[in-house]
Amino acid sequence: MSLETRPVTVNLGPQHPSTHGVFRMRVTFDGEEIIDVEPIFGYLHRGSEKLAEERTYSQIVTLTDRMDYVSSMLNNQAYILAVEKLCNIVPSPRGVWLRMIASELQRIASHFVATGFLLQDLGALGTPLIYCMRERENILDLFEMLCGARITNSYLRPGGVFMDAPDVFWPALSRSLGDIEKSIDEIEDYLSGNEIIFSRTKGTAVLSSESLVNASITGPMLRASGVDWDLRHRNPYDYYSEITFKRILHTASDNYARYWVRVQEMRESLKIISQCIKNIEPGPVRPSFDDVPRLVRPEPGDSYAAIEGSKGELGFYLVSDGGISPYRMHVRAPSLINLTLLREMLVGELFGDLFVIFGSVDLNMGEVDR
Amino acid sequence: MIKEWRGNFLAKKIELKIKNSVEKFDEKNVWINPQKLHEVCKMLKEDSLFEFDLLNSLTSVDYIDHFEVIYHFTSISYSSSCIIKCKVGYSRKNPQIDSVIDLWRGADYQEREIWDLMGIKFIGHPNLKRIMLWDGFPGHPLRKDFVTYDQSIVTSRGGE
Repeated sequence: MSLETRPVTVNLGPQHPSTHGVFRMRVTFDGEEIIDVEPIFGYLHRGSEKLAEERTYSQIVTLTDRMDYVSSMLNNQAYILAVEKLCNIVPSPRGVWLRMIASELQRIASHFVATGFLLQDLGALGTPLIYCMRERENILDLFEMLCGARITNSYLRPGGVFMDAPDVFWPALSRSLGDIEKSIDEIEDYLSGNEIIFSRTKGTAVLSSESLVNASITGPMLRASGVDWDLRHRNPYDYYSEITFKRILHTASDNYARYWVRVQEMRESLKIISQCIKNIEPGPVRPSFDDVPRLVRPEPGDSYAAIEGSKGELGFYLVSDGGISPYRMHVRAPSLINLTLLREMLVGELFGDLFVIFGSVDLNMGEVDR
Repeated sequence: MIKEWRGNFLAKKIELKIKNSVEKFDEKNVWINPQKLHEVCKMLKEDSLFEFDLLNSLTSVDYIDHFEVIYHFTSISYSSSCIIKCKVGYSRKNPQIDSVIDLWRGADYQEREIWDLMGIKFIGHPNLKRIMLWDGFPGHPLRKDFVTYDQSIVTSRGGE
């Protein structure tokens, strides 16, 4: 005898602790199985793109910090690259090396947050998250030495960075690199071969590489499906062409692959940082104010610059009309676009896996809603 | 390096395949006739010369006398990119353009965002409704003639 079931619609969020911010999903369940999902955005919409139209090019750096607030340095970098492309600014070498170090540190911090919260969503309450956050604290301490701020850095300026690293920064950095490497080993020891992690993450939310490309999904999610697409390698911005690193690829395209790609990418970031330390030379960290004034006025035109952010391709589109503030700014937010296939990932899975799949996308609501 | 298609070269190739589709071009951009946009996009995606399989970014600008929709495409197999632009809505009344969601799923949220914030309608989008703001919000805030601090925004109710 078969029992008749009735679909139930449940609102998850916006104040649910596992939604990584204020996100709401209207989920329809048939028993424990998900049969329909409708994501609802906009609870953190602050109109950053409209606000940018009334600010000068240097002031907008502070707005970009607040988009993806766990990877502010990367947001700064993407925005500054778009400004430099628009104004034809040649950056100072030391400034570029410094911002590459900063952005790779930020990528590690962001991947630590993603890994920690993914494990939290898996039910490993507390311990792994605290381990990951402890390493992130180390990196935030380094940022505090660099620019005085921990999360909303605003460290980059058109042409470089706004101040040189203090002398205490370099020994602290090399000490931290060793610590971070050790703790990545620790996380891998506990988790990468863990039977419980295997059974919960392997084979869930599998997507084909064609559908990922078609849905404009980039970053670790795309590389976990075997597509070799990393803008640092494909379209080297800053001085990435002088750096060698391994592109991390996995073919399974499931939750475990996404977790694995992020953990391995942290190791590659460490290698990139040590190469940057070798290459950096004394000199000015930004061009003089005669070359690049504080108030830049680009020629009328437009520019699009994209970097490999921690979550995917992070791009800024700027239009100038010759004034002191952009005529239009648009952000290509990887967090929003990576959610395109959320429905396909979730339908057919069980309620227990909902937040694991959601966590494996690694999104940040500050960037989704802007 | 990702090779960027030069505007004049791309315009010539597109014009060769589809007649009267290019309005004008410059160094890096090609302006497409909005009537032919879907046809051109389909060709850019499927033709073996281009194979633009990744839609990087889709955005729009309000130039007061018209709107402009901007497409950034990348081909993963050829490692090349191009920029396609389209001018719509000359009278500011009811600007609309064909949706490309049937070619690239990635256009889904980006088209909804443009409709929400700029008010350009995408014909053929299956679920074209507001994404960032609530239903019943008056106007489209990224337009240049949008009045901020309007009392009607404060009193408008979120629809459900």
